[in-house]
Amino acid sequence: MFEYCAEPKTLEGLTWLSCYLTTPKHMEFYYSFITVMALLVVAAPAALAFGFGGAMASRSHFAPVRWLGKLYTAMVRGIPDIVFFLFFVIALDQGLEWLTHQIRCPDWTEPVRQGLEFRVCPAAKVPPNNASPFVHQAYAFALAVLTFAIVFGAFAANVLKGAMDAVPRAQIETAEAYGMSPRQTFRRILVPQMWTYALPGLSNLWLILIKATPLLFLLGIQDVVYWAREMGASKSARFDYPHGDWRLYYFLALLVFYLTLTRVSEIALSRLSRRLSHGQATRAGETLRKDAA
Amino acid sequence: MTCWETVQAYWLRSLGFGQNALPTTDITLCDQFVLIGSGMLWNLYFGLLALALGFCFAIALALAKASHRKWLRKPAEWYIFIFRGSPLFIQFFLVYFFITTVLRGSVDVFGLFTIPTAWMASAWAGAAFTLFLNTSAYSAEIFYGALMTVPRGDLEAADAYGITGRDRFFRIEWPTMLRLGWPAYTNEAIFLFHATTLVFFSGFPAFQQRGDALYYANYFADKTFNPFISYPIVAFYFIILTLCLIGLFGLINQRLNRHLPSHQKRRIRLRPQLIR
Repeated sequence: MFEYCAEPKTLEGLTWLSCYLTTPKHMEFYYSFITVMALLVVAAPAALAFGFGGAMASRSHFAPVRWLGKLYTAMVRGIPDIVFFLFFVIALDQGLEWLTHQIRCPDWTEPVRQGLEFRVCPAAKVPPNNASPFVHQAYAFALAVLTFAIVFGAFAANVLKGAMDAVPRAQIETAEAYGMSPRQTFRRILVPQMWTYALPGLSNLWLILIKATPLLFLLGIQDVVYWAREMGASKSARFDYPHGDWRLYYFLALLVFYLTLTRVSEIALSRLSRRLSHGQATRAGETLRKDAA
Repeated sequence: MTCWETVQAYWLRSLGFGQNALPTTDITLCDQFVLIGSGMLWNLYFGLLALALGFCFAIALALAKASHRKWLRKPAEWYIFIFRGSPLFIQFFLVYFFITTVLRGSVDVFGLFTIPTAWMASAWAGAAFTLFLNTSAYSAEIFYGALMTVPRGDLEAADAYGITGRDRFFRIEWPTMLRLGWPAYTNEAIFLFHATTLVFFSGFPAFQQRGDALYYANYFADKTFNPFISYPIVAFYFIILTLCLIGLFGLINQRLNRHLPSHQKRRIRLRPQLIR
């Protein structure tokens, strides 16, 4: 990075540190923080969408859809989320390959599952065998996002279902009295009002999502945990920047990163909740009104 | 091997007893059920130990956080913030690396004697300790919240009767705090057991393939390329465990609420509010 870094063995003190912290490997480490942020930015709306679908399904008047919705919302209560993380990544991967196998190789006669192996025709590999490493990484990341969306969608569905049930019944009845159809009631009355009830749960979910991002490591993504382990491991004198086992310091840096992230989110979310409580017929809204008066 | 022989060979495998070699070919459903069930012993151990010790420490922390003395309140607040604000996954790594790089096998106490610390780096001690620290922070926040919502009338009544100090805490505040915090604490207990599955995927390595339920499920999924059998088995075991926990905590909840008229009793509502 800097010109004086050409001969790392001769450096000392702060110059050594400045060179050490700007090696290409460290740049990849910093880049992985962006991966985490990207996951949060993409997975949160996706999970919200899944959650919305789940909440709507579990309120459906059509029984099989309702059962599916209830199953989806209930699944995270009894089963550890990490099980889903490990499960969905393989299951989604195999499901995709099986589907492309059915489409691309209709005359393939051998069974896909042969004893202990899962074998699809070469044309059905996802991503293709000759794809660039970037495509492989992007595919792994997309699978991870989908997994996060499904698992946290189930948590979000719980929250949103509760919020939809919490909207005062009188509001719905008034809408019905005005002759609105169920669909209109849902879109114009229920959905706009439910957010203030959903916000505490969703804020909590956002914090949980932040704290779940190190699990990317388990999904085979080169994330902050992966790099912290790599960079921190002791480097012998063969390396340009030899050092002992510094993994503790790298993980302390991660701890600070996560603490900052959760703290900033907490402050931002409490401001948002204040804003959303304005003019609401809830206790928080009432307190705001009294303070203003 | 018949299924019964499999049970005899493997049911204590996770603790290092019985047949040493794990099945690699011809993996039957029975193998998976028995070994994953054997791994559940670890989950139970971590969960129960952390829960029991964490409960006591959490009460102390909650009281410290509610204290008027700043030197008591501030450390408790920071402790709770650090453990609730960071991922458990990172905490496992931190504790593991702390034990292996700072304590380095033994600690010298002023040159008088040395304490061996190598045993701490194994999961049964280190991971259980981390879980204990973590659940204490979460439970402390729950009990602190409950302590803050003890009805003022109760405290005024205590004042009127001249109940003060330790008596006031143990006879008035403590039972109400437990009663109010119990539904949330039930959730915490459930998610603590769920969190025990992280142990062998974080810093603490599984020694001689003695792992927990998810460790064996992952082993089978890797060996058979089939996630559709082993993971549902883990799910099955955990659903049973969750139901048992709900039943047990429900009984305690009933006992805590036994003096209330039935319409005022707080039912435990399960909400996935607390995971790490």
